[in-house]
Amino acid sequence: MNFLRFGLRRLAEMAVTLLAASFVIFGAMYLAPGSPASFLLSGRSASPAALEAINRQYHLDDPFAVRYFRWLGQLLHGDFGRSITYRTDVSRLLADRLPSTLLLVAMALVLVVAAGLALGRIAAVRGGAVDSTILVTTTLAVGTPSFVAAVLLQGLFAVRLHWFPAGGTGDGPVQMLWHLTLPAVALALYLIGMLARVTRSAMVEVLGQEHVTVALSRGVPRRKVMGRHVFRNALGTVLTTGGLIVSTLLVCTVLVESAFGVGGIGQLLELSITTKDFPTVQAISLTMVGLFMLINLAVDLAHPLVDPRIALGPRRSAA
Amino acid sequence: MNTQEKHASCASTGSVTASPVLDIRGLRLRLPRTARPVLDGVDLTVAAGETVALVGESGSGKTLTSRSVLRLLPPGAGTEGAVRVAGEDVLTMSAARLRALRTGTAAMIFQDPRAAINPLRRIGDFLTESLRLNTGTSAEEAERRAGELLVAVGLAPAVMRQYPGQLSGGMLQRVMIAAALMGDPALLLADEATTALDVTTQAEVVALLGDLRDRFGTGLLFVTHDLGLAATISDRVYVMYAGRIVEAGPADALFARPRHPYTAALLAATPRLDAPQGRLNAIDGQPPDLKAELTGCPFAPRCVHATGICTEQAPEDRAVTAAPDGREHRVACHHSDRVTGSADHG
Repeated sequence: MNFLRFGLRRLAEMAVTLLAASFVIFGAMYLAPGSPASFLLSGRSASPAALEAINRQYHLDDPFAVRYFRWLGQLLHGDFGRSITYRTDVSRLLADRLPSTLLLVAMALVLVVAAGLALGRIAAVRGGAVDSTILVTTTLAVGTPSFVAAVLLQGLFAVRLHWFPAGGTGDGPVQMLWHLTLPAVALALYLIGMLARVTRSAMVEVLGQEHVTVALSRGVPRRKVMGRHVFRNALGTVLTTGGLIVSTLLVCTVLVESAFGVGGIGQLLELSITTKDFPTVQAISLTMVGLFMLINLAVDLAHPLVDPRIALGPRRSAA
Repeated sequence: MNTQEKHASCASTGSVTASPVLDIRGLRLRLPRTARPVLDGVDLTVAAGETVALVGESGSGKTLTSRSVLRLLPPGAGTEGAVRVAGEDVLTMSAARLRALRTGTAAMIFQDPRAAINPLRRIGDFLTESLRLNTGTSAEEAERRAGELLVAVGLAPAVMRQYPGQLSGGMLQRVMIAAALMGDPALLLADEATTALDVTTQAEVVALLGDLRDRFGTGLLFVTHDLGLAATISDRVYVMYAGRIVEAGPADALFARPRHPYTAALLAATPRLDAPQGRLNAIDGQPPDLKAELTGCPFAPRCVHATGICTEQAPEDRAVTAAPDGREHRVACHHSDRVTGSADHG
């Protein structure tokens, strides 16, 4: 199957997935208890007329199907609707907030890939005490939820040592990088541990394979064998965790952004859920689904580059 | 039998002059948690241009012996004795010398080419990596040599751009052989190099190895459990049992008149086309366990000729007859005179 056909097929699949996701997201908000109207009134008793006015303004009284398809129609025109809480276009809100989240996730991803691969590789190559130390450390990292890591990092590096700010996003690129360092570390910690362990065990498995002995028997230096054969062959296994890593980053960024007061879409999502801001929650959820699918597509496209035995397209039934 | 002619031609190229390319002296190898050495005083030589077969059952130590030539030892292995390749002791040389030896002087052809070649790298990369990374040979030069050797083993140079998964097992073993020849070695070690191949491919690969040995003048140590193959390809044969060489001699003499009961029993257990039998004469019993000490002859418990002395005293290795051209036939058995030939068995 060639690249173009594969791409088109995947785009079609993505469209269907997005449609299904939109239905689930919309339905979930509809089923959840409470309504935007009651939140807007925040406990005050309102006259039936006022309540009806709000409901009419946001079309809250229409049947489910009508509301869903109206929303879907707007989406197709690039219109995410208006935020009930912020009284502005949701697309404006997203455009304002998305950069900090993307920067935060990107920084965390760089940390995860750099530290995770390096630690895993060192553990597998060195073995012995180094291996045990890395195993224990990564076990600790894997066992620490990101919000706990956030509180610990804040307490130590922001409150005690004053190396980094305790919260906020900062203005300008340099300030943003500085403000987002601790959140990125908090977000990355668990995944660094996970990726290090995956890399280590994948490399240990390759180490036991005959072609590694053969390469050594031909005089290829051990260091080169580790890179060209062991690490190289472990990459396929490592790559399969790529989708999982990015989805975990997107989910955990909600907690970390709230803990550090980073004004990204994660924090916005949390606030919007508590305020029953339907359009905003729906838009953010759908954006995250879209991002996740793009990453999965990238991982699938990268796979044949890492492993020539894998062809693009669905697995053949007989082989 | 045309093997007779083959031996004659081999004998002319494989004269036992000068110093051997491989000279194993009293090699003893111990593994952790075993009661006796896995290799127990192995002596073996291969001359330049000579083909030597090392035969024995699985577990007899023949693969360990060939791997020790490249110092590919199991973890925790302790060694005594010497393994000299082109005059240098492999067991004591520096890591840098060892790499040089592995790149140039000696090379091994492994049993299963599908497992021995990294499936994620191109054939060309496999062929050239050792030279490029160790000798400073340029990529173009290494590729040129790889192309020539691929032609020499009967493949098109274009396979260099392919991945192992795109080639058949036979083609991959040819690639393996070409890779072994890249460093222009004085010694080739073939460890069950044809066992994983089907019979036709096996014959092709064996013929190819013979041709290459004649053309490049390399010594060839052919490790196999296939006696018929050993008889066809080799000038001299070593028979190994429980980590010891029990019999060694010119292939024709050894197969015509084996002097060790184990060799005779192995020959009797080999299926033959020219003498159909109802059933094969399997050797009763099991090879000795590594967990138990050995006194006397390791084969005694399974031997039809065994007497009291066999279980008490290990037989010395001694010459039985010297072939007219001076090649010795040696055996380690107290009762080698009682062993009758195998050619007329059944």
